[in-house]
Order: sequence, then structure tokens, then C-alpha cells
Amino acid sequence: MEPAEQRDEVDMLWLMLLIRRFEERASQQYQAQKIGGFCHLYIGQEAVVVGAIAATRDDDYLITAYRDHAHALARGTTADACMAELYGKTTGCSRGLGGSMHYFDKAKHMYGGHAIVGAHVPVATGMAFASKYRSEDRVTLCFFGDGAINQGAFHEALNLAALYKLPVIFICENNLFAMGTSVERSTSLKQIVDRAEGYDIPGVIADGMNFRDVRDKLTEVVNSIRQDPHPAFVEVRTYRYRGHSMSDPASYRTKEQLEQFRMDDPITRLRAQLTREEKLTNEKFDELDKRAKKTALESVKFAEESDEPPLEALYDYIYAQ
Amino acid sequence: MTVINMREITYRQALNEALAEELERDPNVFLMGEEVAEYNGAYKVSQGLLERFGAKRIIDTPISENGFAGMGVGAAMVGLRPVIEFMTFSFSLVAFDQVVNNAPNMLTMSGGQFNIPITFRGPNGPAHQLGATHSHATECLYANVPGLKICTPATPRDAKGLLKTAIRDNNPVLVLESELLYSSKGMIEPVETELLIPLGEAEVKREGSDVTIICYAQTVSIALAAAQQLEDEGISADVIDLRSIKPLDEQAIYNSVAKTHRVVIVEQDRPFCGVGAEICYRIQKNIFDELDAPVLRVAQEDVPMPYNERLEQAILPNAEKLIAAVHKVCYA
Repeated sequence: MEPAEQRDEVDMLWLMLLIRRFEERASQQYQAQKIGGFCHLYIGQEAVVVGAIAATRDDDYLITAYRDHAHALARGTTADACMAELYGKTTGCSRGLGGSMHYFDKAKHMYGGHAIVGAHVPVATGMAFASKYRSEDRVTLCFFGDGAINQGAFHEALNLAALYKLPVIFICENNLFAMGTSVERSTSLKQIVDRAEGYDIPGVIADGMNFRDVRDKLTEVVNSIRQDPHPAFVEVRTYRYRGHSMSDPASYRTKEQLEQFRMDDPITRLRAQLTREEKLTNEKFDELDKRAKKTALESVKFAEESDEPPLEALYDYIYAQ
Repeated sequence: MTVINMREITYRQALNEALAEELERDPNVFLMGEEVAEYNGAYKVSQGLLERFGAKRIIDTPISENGFAGMGVGAAMVGLRPVIEFMTFSFSLVAFDQVVNNAPNMLTMSGGQFNIPITFRGPNGPAHQLGATHSHATECLYANVPGLKICTPATPRDAKGLLKTAIRDNNPVLVLESELLYSSKGMIEPVETELLIPLGEAEVKREGSDVTIICYAQTVSIALAAAQQLEDEGISADVIDLRSIKPLDEQAIYNSVAKTHRVVIVEQDRPFCGVGAEICYRIQKNIFDELDAPVLRVAQEDVPMPYNERLEQAILPNAEKLIAAVHKVCYA
């Protein structure tokens, strides 16, 4: 297993580009009515999950909420399988039965894709319980939004994780809005990270627009957990450029706020850092970006050419043998 | 069941034996819930298990049903076999989202990647004067959910055999026990005999030819008492204990109805969308021609459970109500 610090930053930039170009393409296909249901885009938040991937191993457990395309892509689920899932095709990462909000990829240790806000936080805690039960040194990465922190399930899970000293990192992707409700209008604390203190869980703040900050803060947390299992809480401050879902014009926030975050774009920033340090040329960046766009476009073709699940699939997975 | 060396134990002991045997057999099995360890279980079902298996596998939780039920789902996703005890299934309503949304949906939602081998167990149904919040018969709520299996043991033998099967099942299984049955006694095979009772297999508790009485859990003793009285009047009742609500042993029901042509269902839940409603529907749909009378149901009254003892008794199914229903279907 590759130690975290050796993950190549250009590879990580590639993942961020892939996520962005994939979602831009998904957005287009949604608008063309090729994709049904809800579709929540991650654009703007790419440094959060990619920073976490850079700080962890491939066999660490990962679980997230419904804004989950990026988490699967970052874990190595193919763009083809991700796009096919949006199309509801049998080649999708959940065989077309889960949809945008329910991506799963067991082989990549991607445990969903959970669409009831806060409900997967206890599930993550149980996965971490299993690691400790089996004396493994895996950590569980549990991502959720700022909206989840006011659910009972979240509070119960944090208390349980602290009580049993479980190796789980609660990563709050604070993008300032739970759908259309701002953090100030939903949460009685000035800082979300202070929630952790109430459960005697160490809390850290990371800049979600800065890949290196997310990676470095998480690396420290992960190292500490591997030595001695315990939960941790990381508030990652980020921003989604798009609305909550495809149907949301996001009129509850100002253009100035959006522009301010776009000026601080995580992809642009990592590119600039790498260019300045002579680890990346403009040609190489253009090549990566072109490849990301091509991969996204090809995933559309793959999804369109894939088969619908057969009607019998309705009954295939209700009960396991 | 004509095994030598049969012995008599309580329903509570039977569950305890089932847990101990499965904990012994499979290191991935653990028991988690409120008061299961140091207190030895609110109803003493887990008596002695902490001492025998240690705090790693017998785990006390805070009062956080949603939290620990969800932990069970997560642990099951990565290969453990959790047994989650609800102090009563009335409290499972606090964890409804985990039991209804997470445990049974995961397999389909993931396109077959994640099955959830979890057992949710604890007492279910009305006990004695516990009032509206603590008396829920939840079988009809959960039976509506694809992906869940539900069993309702009425005897110590079934309690042990069904719980062991549930723990080995690769799906979420609800073992709905009964507070009123914990101290009841029954005959069971010796400890050395591996006792597994399949889910979805009803048991004929008593053979008869005039009327079929379908029962489960707490209503089995009501059905047997009524059948005894009916026999004295010359009415011979075939008594079927469902043992599992889901999967449902439809064949056992149809075999009996084809013989008696008359049916009364006695159930411990409420009448509206209750378990009996579904069984009644299936009987009329599948073997309508065998029926000589409308199918009747005896259930709770459709009211929140009152505390007052006289009112509580008035709304619960009992032998008297059951006999009256049998008289109606037999035109007696």
C-alpha cells in the first residue's frame, strides 16, 4: 500500500480535473434530459475529497452523502461507470439501481452514496467499529455537509465514536449552505468545528479551496489515528459553485460571494503552485485537461450505448443468498 | 420432535442459548444494545454473556437507538454479523430510518454489492399496562418493507431455532420476541443438538377439520386455548403458527384452508393494514373457491394503547373474541 505522502500531486490535480470535467458534462446531459432524478454537483469542492485521498490509503474506508460523484471518481471508480449510473444503465457503478445519490463501489472501498442527511454518519461509525474489532489500522473517512450536523444521527454517532475510541474521521464539507439555508440560519455555533469539542473529539479546520492544506491537515490526523485509534473531526471550508441541485438557481446567495470563491479556485491554485515549483508545465496541464474532457465525453458515449437493466433486475437484489 | 432427552427451558433461556452458541461459533458475531452487558439485559436475555465473551463482543450502548442501529448496518457492510438488541421494538421507531432505509435498501441500491447480515431483536407487541408508547406491535410496519425478514417465535424451541437462523442469514432479520413470553416454558432438544428452524416455515400446532386459526407470537396461546374450548363444543380447529411473517408460509395456510374452508386470523397488531389483512387478501385471491365463509380477523382495536388495565384487556385479542369469530365463520 502506497504511503500517503508519496501520492503524486500532478496525479491529484488530474483527479480534480477529471471530477470537474465529468460533472460539467453530467450537468449538460442532465439539462438535455438524459439523466433523471436529482443531481447534486460538487464543482468547487474538488480539493476536499482529493486532499483526503492524498492523505489516506486505498484500503481505508470511504463513505459520503448524496453529493457523491467526486468521491467515487477520486477513489478510482471509472467515469464510464459513474456516467452510466446517472443514465440508470446496467453498467453503472450501482447497476443503474442507485442513481446519482447512491454510488457504490465495493472493490474501491467506496461505501456510498447516502441520501438521507446524517443517516450515514452512524453507518461510518459502525465501519470504524469493525476495523477496530478486527485490529486493523484502517481509518474510515466519513464526509457530510454542514446540513448534517444538526441531525440527531450525527450527534449520536459522534458520541458513540468518542465513547468507543473508533478510527473515524468526520469530515464536514462546510460549503456554507444546506440547500438554501445558510449555516448562520441553521447552526447555533460560530464555528462548526466546535461541535467536536462537545464530544471530546479533536477538531481541525482546513481550507477546502487549498488541496495542500486539506491533505496536510488530514495526514496529521490520519497518522495520529493509525498510532492509536480515536475519532477526529475536520471542518473543511469550501464552496459549491453550482446550486444545491440542478433545479436550484441559488438565488439565496450573492454573485459577489460566488466570484470571491471562484477567484480562489482549487484547481487553479494547485496548478499555480505546481507551475511555480516547476513540477508542471502549461503543456502538461493542457494535456491533462484535454484528457479529462475526453474521458468525460467518452463516458457519455459509453453510458448511452449501455443497456438498461432487465426487468428481472428488480428482484435480483432484494435478498442475498 | 420425538427426540429423546428433551428438556424444559424458558423462552428467555432459549434466546440466551442461541446467542451464546452463535457467538461461540462465529467470531464476527457481536451483541450490541442498551444494558446488554453489565446489566445482563433489561429482560436478562443476555445474562452471563459479558462474562463469557468479554466487553469486545457484548457491548453496552448509550440510549441512542438510531446511532447503534446505524453502527450495526455499517459493521455489517464490512463483514461483521451484528446482533442489535432493542430494549423493546417500540424503541426501534427511533431507529426507523436505519431499519427501514439503510439495512434493507443497501443491497438493491448498490446493485447487489452490499448485503447487510444483521439481526435486530427484542420484545415486540403489547406487554402489560405499559401504555401507548411502549406497546407497539411493529410487525405490520416492517412487513411492508422489501429486504427485511421477520420472525415471531412463540415457544422456547422456536425462539432458539429462529434466532440462530436469523444470525446466520445474510440479510437483515427482525426477531420479534415477546416480553410476556420470556418466562414461559417449553420442551426443547438437548444442548448438543444444533437447532436451526428455517425462516418462512409455519408450524401446525394442532390438527383440525372445521376451521383454520392462523396465529403467531403472543396469539398462539390464545389460539390453542380457544381451540381447546371449541373442541369441547364439537368444533375442530386447525391451528397454524406462522412463526415467520416474512417470508410467509403461504402453502401451509392454503393446505389448511383447503381442508377446513373457514378461517379466522388472530393477530397481535392493529387491524388497519395489519398482518392479517395481507393474509386475508392472499387467501381470497389464491383459493377463493375453497372458502365457505368470509375470512374474519381478531386484532387489537384501532386505538392507542390505554394504560387502564380493564381498557387494555378490552382492546386486545383474546380467546373469547376468537371463539366468537369462529362461531361466525362456522355459522355455529
